[in-house]
Amino acid sequence: MVPAITADKLTKKFGDFTAVNQITFEVQKGEIFGFLGANGAGKTTAMRMLNGLSRPTSGQASVAGFDVYRETEKIKKHIGYMSQKFSLYEDLTVRENIQFYGGIYGLPGREIRHQIKELIGGLGMQEYANTLVKAIPLGWKQKLSFSIAIMHRPEIVFLDEPTGGVDPITRRQFWEMIYKAASEGMTIFVTTHYMDESEYCGRVSIMVDGRIAALDTPRALKEQFGASSMNDVFLQLTRPNQHGS
Amino acid sequence: MATTQAIQVESLSKRYGKNVQALNQVSFEVGRGELFGLIGPDGAGKTTLIRILATLLLANEGQALVNGWEVRRDYRKIRSHIGYMPGRFSLYQDLSVEENLHFFATIFGTTIEENYELIRDIYVQLEPFRKRKAGKLSGGMKQKLALCCALIHKPVVLLLDEPTTGVDPVSRQEFWEMLKRLKEKEITILVSTPYMDEASLCDRVALIQKGNILSIDKPAGIVSAFDKPLLAVRTNDMYRLIHDLREFESTHSAFPFGEYVHLALRNAIWPEAIHAYLAGKEHTDIEIKPAQATIEDAFMELMTQE
Repeated sequence: MVPAITADKLTKKFGDFTAVNQITFEVQKGEIFGFLGANGAGKTTAMRMLNGLSRPTSGQASVAGFDVYRETEKIKKHIGYMSQKFSLYEDLTVRENIQFYGGIYGLPGREIRHQIKELIGGLGMQEYANTLVKAIPLGWKQKLSFSIAIMHRPEIVFLDEPTGGVDPITRRQFWEMIYKAASEGMTIFVTTHYMDESEYCGRVSIMVDGRIAALDTPRALKEQFGASSMNDVFLQLTRPNQHGS
Repeated sequence: MATTQAIQVESLSKRYGKNVQALNQVSFEVGRGELFGLIGPDGAGKTTLIRILATLLLANEGQALVNGWEVRRDYRKIRSHIGYMPGRFSLYQDLSVEENLHFFATIFGTTIEENYELIRDIYVQLEPFRKRKAGKLSGGMKQKLALCCALIHKPVVLLLDEPTTGVDPVSRQEFWEMLKRLKEKEITILVSTPYMDEASLCDRVALIQKGNILSIDKPAGIVSAFDKPLLAVRTNDMYRLIHDLREFESTHSAFPFGEYVHLALRNAIWPEAIHAYLAGKEHTDIEIKPAQATIEDAFMELMTQE
């Protein structure tokens, strides 16, 4: 089976600064893959290359079987993207947002009408259907953003810091949506600052200064570093001289 | 009310318009020198509460005293004796690190030198960038500068509104280490955060949700108040596991916690019974072990009791 994502010595330089330095990894279909790193470690740059938004300086990568140099438009059609900051239009209603994105994804009108019903019903958001997105609670926005990001059934969905600030029950409902999508074969690629979040992933990679410094299941990483949590693993990797403090 | 406490809040309520009850009869006290955490998600009322204490917002009902001063009547005194770090970065982006600090020292009628001792630990990390404009600093550095500016007049009470939101784990850890050192200097600190795992770093915490305080206690007390038998369960199929456990007859609640599901039981039963149930549902690689409740378990339990 072709992996959902492959990267082989993928590199991006800005002038003489190497933002992403020869990263190599594979993500399998249906996997929940956590992509971690401190601010400035190169996560965003790496993700932009995989999304077809930034041309690599060297190395190889493919996403959903498409090449990140030559087939960026195909990549964009086969992925979904959700960021906590930019996903929805605040001045459109819930219904209008679904309609708008349905149009962007090129879904036929009949399919969009079906999706509006399906999606609002599935989320139990009937009471908010005609409410402006800026007026709905954050937890609902996140669930809606995710549903919209996958309404065109992409093979891979990229989640950029998806779940900050919500209560613990809502956060878990969100993760259950992610598990459901993964169980149906969708590949999930998620970046987060919050290390407890990374423990929900099947495997995680941790970037430090443009490189992948560690990559394994959360359990194996904790064992390898003799750490009780992913937070400890992260701190050991990013503050190597201070661990145990 | 006696005035021995650093912060006293009694039956404080705040509404926005007719429908939004941001705070609902909130009461608590913070002792002198205490590091007190206000823990809750977005929309819980944390910012409203801090803004009332900082005298930037008036409550509809109730009382609040900061260092014995009443927030409505004595707002001038409060403003000159507290440090306040708002959730959004609010220093002057066009001024350098040094200029910002100098500016805040001057408006509080002091100098950087006079209270340098208090900020030295933090400021030495900023010193290499002291000529850099604040707007050009990294997130972690901005946060350190904001803290220095909030401390420069040696406040008796420090109010910090979500200082660690959006910063990476390294900066978060450093920030909490700074707070610990400030506490040793007997500054009272009220800090809000949506991150439950930060509760354990506080002396006491208030869990807050939709304008109501759910519980106030030491972190250990909050966790030990969770009285249901709790197990950590995992199998080969996380998504099905959550749903199958919710349908199990002895289940009180089942929530994903990282690679495990935390299963709270109505009554203590043998793990073998759960094992057999899951095996019957065709789960493999079944692992069941006792779990220690966390602040999140306690928070969710309190939320669902509401």
